[in-house]
Parts: sequence; structure tokens; C-alpha cells
Amino acid sequence: MGIEIITEQCVGCQACLKACPFGAISMEGNLAVIDFDKCNLCGGCVDSCKFEAILLRKDEVIAQDISVYKGVWVVAEQYKGNVQSITYELLGKGRELADKLGVELSVVLLGKDMHAKTDELIHRGAEKVYLVDSPKLLQYQSEPYSKVLIELINEYKPEVVLCGATSTGRSLIARVAVKIDAGLTADCTGLDIDQEKGLLLQTRPAFGGNIMATIICPKHRPQMATVRHKVMKEAEVDTSRSGEIIEKSYGDSILLSRIKVISVVEEEGQSVNLSEADIIVSGGRGLGKSENFALLHELADEIGGAVGASRAAVDADWIVYSHQVGQTGKTVCPKIYISCGISGQIQHLAGMSSSDIIIAINKDPDAPIFQVANYGIVGDLFEIIPALTKKIKSILS
Amino acid sequence: MNIIVCIKQVPDTANVKIDPQTNTLIREGVESIINPFDMYAIEEAVRTKEKLGGSVLAVTMGPPQADAALREAISMGVDEAVLVSDRAFAGSDTWATSYTLACAIKKIGKFDIIFCGKQAADGDTAQVGPGVSMHLDIPQVTYVKKIEEVTPDHARVERMTEEGYEVIEVPLPVLFTVVKEINEPRIPSLKGKMRAKSAQIRTLTANDIDADEKSLGLNGSPTQVVKIFTPPPREGGQMLTGSTEEIVDKLVEVLKNECKSKI
Repeated sequence: MGIEIITEQCVGCQACLKACPFGAISMEGNLAVIDFDKCNLCGGCVDSCKFEAILLRKDEVIAQDISVYKGVWVVAEQYKGNVQSITYELLGKGRELADKLGVELSVVLLGKDMHAKTDELIHRGAEKVYLVDSPKLLQYQSEPYSKVLIELINEYKPEVVLCGATSTGRSLIARVAVKIDAGLTADCTGLDIDQEKGLLLQTRPAFGGNIMATIICPKHRPQMATVRHKVMKEAEVDTSRSGEIIEKSYGDSILLSRIKVISVVEEEGQSVNLSEADIIVSGGRGLGKSENFALLHELADEIGGAVGASRAAVDADWIVYSHQVGQTGKTVCPKIYISCGISGQIQHLAGMSSSDIIIAINKDPDAPIFQVANYGIVGDLFEIIPALTKKIKSILS
Repeated sequence: MNIIVCIKQVPDTANVKIDPQTNTLIREGVESIINPFDMYAIEEAVRTKEKLGGSVLAVTMGPPQADAALREAISMGVDEAVLVSDRAFAGSDTWATSYTLACAIKKIGKFDIIFCGKQAADGDTAQVGPGVSMHLDIPQVTYVKKIEEVTPDHARVERMTEEGYEVIEVPLPVLFTVVKEINEPRIPSLKGKMRAKSAQIRTLTANDIDADEKSLGLNGSPTQVVKIFTPPPREGGQMLTGSTEEIVDKLVEVLKNECKSKI
């Protein structure tokens, strides 16, 4: 295993220097040299080299028999017995992948009293629903949920498993992947099938969206990925679809949890979940004080949106952390992101720049937020936001 | 109480600039820092020790220069530090990384709590913490925003969810990943900095951690990067000018088009 420069082939063109996302290649005279402490063996340089002067070797691993793994699975997410919209997004993408592979699409549903919800999953494109229904699975808990999934995957052997990149999905699926020696790619924003090899091509952002990486899992099954919420289109409902329900039950050794949920507290005053919202009205330092967030709440309530905030506003204690958008907060992809008094630091952009439409209001014409905004307004948010709220109120009434 | 905190050295993305010509990251002159989320993990580990006694050990997997991150952790009150470093670890994905860290932790010895940041700022996967707990077969609680109580055999914590939070009781040993809300990391004291400078940092190599070499580095990683590219930069659009009324009319139009059902 390793990487090396074939000095006879290297012409010193420096293409690999630019291709290396880790800054691990430098020139010594007319030859490229790799700094092994920085190199991550990603192979970016290998593709960039037109002279076949870089060789990346990976030892052949004795692989599992991967040919027995068939079908695409979606892990459904439910909260209080309601299937969450991320599941429909996964079914939309999952259907497309299953059709390209010519295989079945199945969904795994865990919870308590969930029988009535299986139809909607079939109507959204699933051919099979694996249902595990037990009081012990009422809500997500890392141990029983991961153990049940491990059992199901080991028994039915799907080739692809998709899960939401939500706080639940990310906590759950990493445990599963470790236990079954599967490859797992986090927070994908693009999924496709390599038609030639039948492999899942998983594309995800890194470094706050500054670079994108496409990842494959050639020798392990299933190929597992978590998928960013709001990026994939929801599967359409077709009530004429029919499917099969496979109900499984497991004993205490599987359903036991060392962790006990004592109580569940819902945050008050937030009628719309930030990561679910189609519209987000977000405020930053330009709001000046805590009370001014009321302006944003008022607008958000009118248009059925949620309120977000920049790190500056959260650090100033104007609004609680759960509203923070950006690298150290939440990543959101609404249809419309209305940014009010946010300058647009790179960490903030990392959390919202995949929104469909960005509207930015800021006093400073040089604010970096304008470089990503579809609609920029250099002006006073204290004038524009209340006027907008008023106008919408008058239209709605 | 034996506490372990897992940390990662990452490039300081606050200073990452994009080369407008090539549209790639400019890495030159970008400093390495402790992953911002790990700062909360270090702080919580040190606070827990200060409350209950015991010691905190920081562990990182990385190249020799990750030594600097461990010294910074020591300056914040961490007692001991271990650098897990070997050329054999290069190219590790989250599976191999969590396996390597778990092997190192087994080697380090007894522990009651492991703290991790919720995710790293460079890869953003949030997979290594849960992976380590699975390799060690201990319970995990992710997105911890408050530690209510720790006794010698259990802990009660608040776990952040999309809707609010859960209060969770869990027996020790356990692994927590923590969010920013949990604390405010301290500024290292002068005394801490002095101690960090002279501290001995133990290095563990692949041979030291009793790992199966087939499970390390690139060979032990099920996933493989096939392409790295920079996305086309999002372009600025149209600037809206005119009276407040004109601007508002235009905004209403945009909102109408996008959210037909609401307005």
C-alpha cells in the first residue's frame, strides 16, 4: 500500500500540486514530491497527472462475497409515530437508484404501533416494508435501533442502505456500519449509480462545502450513505402501488437498551423545525439586540417559515443555540433563505449556501453575503422587514 | 474518574481562502487548530474531572505535527496525552479511524467516560464518535448539551434533538459527543501553557495498539475517494434597488413564486 512518484515519468508540470486538496505535494527541482504526513491517499493527484507519473497502490483485500447483496433500502425516520419527510426524500432517490440497478426498493420502519403507516411508504415507491413494531422501539434509541438494523441487514443483505443525515440518522447508522464492516459516507448531497460497475457514487461536501468528494465502496456491502435533508426531491404519492409487508420481531437481547430516556422536552416557541422549513428568516449582528428578533419571528409566522441566526447573534445571547445556522450550528437547505443583517462569514455560508434562493439584506454593500445572494438589498432591515410583513399580511387577509 | 477526550487537528477553515483562478483551497499559511467542536469536549472533560476528581487523557490520531493539538489540550487542563501516529494509518476513512482509536483506547486502559466533539470541521461526518463506541461495545449518547449528573456508575445528560432535547440516563463507561451549547472553553492559563511546553507526549504506533493491520489505513477503509473537485462558486445575483415599497413588491413576487400554497 502506498503512493509514489515515478520520477522517470514526472515532467514537473505541477498539475498535481493544484489537484491535491491537502497541500501535500511540492516541487523539488523539476520533480513533484509527496509529503506523507499530509497525504491522505485520496488519489486526487493520480487523476490529474497526464503522464501517469503517480502510482497509488492498494493491497487486495479478501473481500466478502458481494454478489449476494441485492436491493436498495431506505431507513425510515419517525417522530411520535409520524413518518418524517426525510424518508420521502430518501424514497424518491432510492426509487431512482433501484430502477437504475434493476432491483427492488425496500424501506425499514421501526417504532410502536406503526402498522397504519406502511401504506404511505408503499404509495411513495417502496416494494417491501420491513416492519419491526415494539413498545421498546417507541422512539429512537441507539442500541436497540442499531441492533435491529444489523439483524435485518445480515438476514436480507441489501446492496445499498440510505439513511437521513439527521441527528438521529447520523447517530444510528455509524454504529451499524462499524458492526457489519460496511462503508459509510456521511451527509451526501448527490447519489448516482456507476452503470458499468453497478457501484453507488456518493458525492458529499467537505471543508464547509469548499470541496466536493465523490466516494465509492467497491468491496464491502452494503454501500451505506446518509443523505442531507432537503436536497433530494420527495417521492410522489401513487395510491395504486402495492407492496409486501414483512413483519419481524426480536427478543430482549436485541431490544435491550443500556440507555434510558427519562423525558423528552420540546423547545417552545419554535413552531417550525429549522431543518424542515421551506423558508428561513435568519438574523445576525445587524439586528443589534435580542428584542429585534421579534421582527423576524413575525415575518416567519406569516409565511410559515422558521427563524435562524448567525453565530454572532447566538454568541451575543440574542437567541438560543438551536437556531444557529452555519458550520458550528445547523446546515439548512430551504427553498428561500432570507438573511437579515448577516455579513456572510465563510462558516455561515457553509451552513446555508445550498439554499435554492438566498435573499440578503445588509447595510454594508461589501458584505460577503451579497456574493452568494440571488437577490441583494443594500438597505435598512428595520424598514424592509416590517414593510414586507405588513404587505404579506394584507395579501393574506 | 478516568476520562478520555478524543481530539482531531484540522486546518483552520476560518482562514481558508479560495483561489479565484483555480477555484481550489489555498492551503499555504493556513494554520492547524484543534477541531472547534473538540474544544467543548476538552472543556467538559476537564470540568468533570475538576468536579469529581480523577484524570483526563487526550488522544488524537494524526501525523507527528498533531503533537501541537495535544499540547494545547494540556494547557487547558488535560493531564496526559497520547499521539496515535503511524504511516500505516494514512488514508483511513471513518471506519478505520474509529477502529484505530478504539484499539489505542483499549491499550491506554480503564476509562469511565470518553468525550468527543459532535463532528470535525473538515470532514463533517460525525461518524467517528459513534464508531469508537461500537468498536468498544459501550453505550453512546450523541449531541450532549448538558451533563446533569455523574456518579461513579452512571450519568444523566441532556441530548439535543431536532425538536428540543431528551433527558437520558446511562451507565458508565459511556461515550459522549458534545455540542457547542454545553460550555464555553477556557483560555489556557500561563501555568497551563508552561506545563504543556514541557509535557511528555506518548506516541503509539500500529505495532503498539494490537491492531489487525488489514483493518488499518487505506486497506482497512471500505470507502474510497474517487474524485475531489471544487463546486462552481455560487454567483451573486441581482441587486434590488428603489424605494422600500418597490423592494417589498419584488420580494413578495419571489416568495409567491416559490411558495405558491402560502401566499
